[in-house]
Amino acid sequence: MILRRLQYELAARAVGPFLTALDDWQRRAKGTKARTGPFSPPLESLRKLKDMMTVHYLSGRYADGAVPVAWVTSGFPVELLRPLGFHTVYPENHAAMCGVQRIVPELSDAVEAEGYSRDLCSYVRSDLGSLDTGRSPAGRLPRPDLLACCTNICQTVLYWYRDLARRFQVPLLLVDTPFVYGEPTDHQIRYVADQLEEGIEMAEKVAGRKLDRAALSEAARLGRDGSQLWGECLETARNRPAPWTGVDGFFHLGPIVAMRGTEECNAYYRMLKDELQDRVKRGIGGLRGEEKHRLLWDNLPVWYATREITTLLGNGGFNFVCTTYTNAWAEASSLIDPADPIVSAARTYSMVMLNRDLPNKLRLLSRMTGEFGADGAVLHSDRSCKPYSIGQVDLKDRLASEYGVKTLLLEADHNDPRAWASELSSNRLTAFMESFG
Amino acid sequence: MSGAAIGIDVGSTTCKVVAIDAAGNILDRRVEPTDPRIERQVERLVGELRAAAGPDAPLGATGYGRKRVPGARALTEITCHARGAFARARRAAVLVDMGGQDTKVIRIGPAGEVIDFNMNDKCAAGTGRFLEVILGRLQVPFDGLAERVAAAPRAVPVSSTCTVFAESEVISLVAADEPLDGIVKGLHTALASRVAALARGTQAGDEVLMSGGVALNGAMVAALREALARPIRVLPDPQLVGALGAALSVVATR
Repeated sequence: MILRRLQYELAARAVGPFLTALDDWQRRAKGTKARTGPFSPPLESLRKLKDMMTVHYLSGRYADGAVPVAWVTSGFPVELLRPLGFHTVYPENHAAMCGVQRIVPELSDAVEAEGYSRDLCSYVRSDLGSLDTGRSPAGRLPRPDLLACCTNICQTVLYWYRDLARRFQVPLLLVDTPFVYGEPTDHQIRYVADQLEEGIEMAEKVAGRKLDRAALSEAARLGRDGSQLWGECLETARNRPAPWTGVDGFFHLGPIVAMRGTEECNAYYRMLKDELQDRVKRGIGGLRGEEKHRLLWDNLPVWYATREITTLLGNGGFNFVCTTYTNAWAEASSLIDPADPIVSAARTYSMVMLNRDLPNKLRLLSRMTGEFGADGAVLHSDRSCKPYSIGQVDLKDRLASEYGVKTLLLEADHNDPRAWASELSSNRLTAFMESFG
Repeated sequence: MSGAAIGIDVGSTTCKVVAIDAAGNILDRRVEPTDPRIERQVERLVGELRAAAGPDAPLGATGYGRKRVPGARALTEITCHARGAFARARRAAVLVDMGGQDTKVIRIGPAGEVIDFNMNDKCAAGTGRFLEVILGRLQVPFDGLAERVAAAPRAVPVSSTCTVFAESEVISLVAADEPLDGIVKGLHTALASRVAALARGTQAGDEVLMSGGVALNGAMVAALREALARPIRVLPDPQLVGALGAALSVVATR
């Protein structure tokens, strides 16, 4: 146990930082290659981001046996677990890494052979396939002691985490968030808050220590500040030209998803914000050429084809300046109250976009297109994410007819390239660009 | 000839080429099944139409093979069909284009611009190819199809929307002694309902324009009229609308 802890701390504090520093040094020695295509040179912060994520996953390899490990859904109130010293792993984030590296078909084949349906979310298939085959872009994920699942993003996570609980024979901390029509009722908030209190008891048992309430308030404050900082980074794209592309935002999401509630996460976004604001001051845009049209992206990214899509659009002077997906981690931060971390978490995490009705989504889309000055929107109809994709046909019609926003529905899957038709998709995107005249 | 242009629409099934004068009148045309060796076919067809359009006439290309037409300005089928249809109809309209492997519904604005479009999913269900495959399997000729379907007393429901599954469903309907004409009518009804789903959200009541090779099939036009509950006007030379739009796009940019 002590040896294991030593390994973990060494990986996190010495070996990881050393390796990333070595890598940085080698890259600098070689000279940075200019990014090809229509984009401006990458942000300086990107290097820091890569380093942080590398250290996070590297130390994770030694986390089991050293510290309590929790596998967590992206919408879970992770602030509760921070003061208990959990190393958190985000299977969704890990699955996205598999998507970017295009190893999903192979991972999916492995679970499909066991009888899992291809209609299941491709994140689930990626992660279960990674467990089955041992293939992982992170090398290895630490074995969980606790599974923490919140149904505010979809119902699939419930079945996914039950499956994980059976595989690992560890407790499942489930937070059920009833779907919110209009505004949440007091009863709904109470119901979720009660589950969080019960969940703390379970997490305490797994961690083998009592939750320090003052430390919980501090984690909640850090979580709130982190979300606000992330929101401020996104807001820099309201400027013309936007200092980055919304797709850059997909990659810079890592810390707010996987390290929310830590000072390290917040320090990163302060640095990123400074760099983006500096770009705005100097008039540097995410595109090298003129930013002729500004677009909103809805839904998860198409991880394996983001570059293909943005390059095609970028060459035509189209830039994604905002996405509902990256916005989701910025939106509800103002609701977190460090003085009342449980009830405010119940409210915040019940009111995430995917747990709210369609009129709310339409208001969000119209507000964002207005604030960011977007004249078009691409709605990714994601075969793997039904809760996100449902209603998009109506949203498309309403956005076009009521708000004058040209809108394209693009069919794909966030992680499985077998659902991607490159030629058909680029034809649609090209026709969409031509329609701007 | 001054101001003339050539437009070429390299579709998945057929290759269409037109030569037009500055006013958009068609001077000459060619329609052939698409040759997998696109470049050779295109070179020959364009060469033939240069006689009417002149050796320096600009070239516009559309269709899935548009990028393989050397020296042409390439635009998507959406833009070209809208331009071609607007040149014929001269007003804002909803256009249904049914081609070999895709079907699109395009909302055209008062200046001929594309306001919005919807296309079929990533499979051939709801396209001309769907009909071609299944009618071929049933050995039903295209000649006299509209009359046969119109005379059929009832449509035998065909529930599959997948071309492959519909083929086997149709075979079992034939085996179950369902009337052939009724099955064919059922196929058209199933196809029309898919297309009508793409057209949802466009304003009801207005006359819908139709283009593409499938518009030559009267049975499909009738089924679509019923599914949309709106009058349908098949554009003249419906197969050539995309090529016409491609030609117009280079006339306009001269």
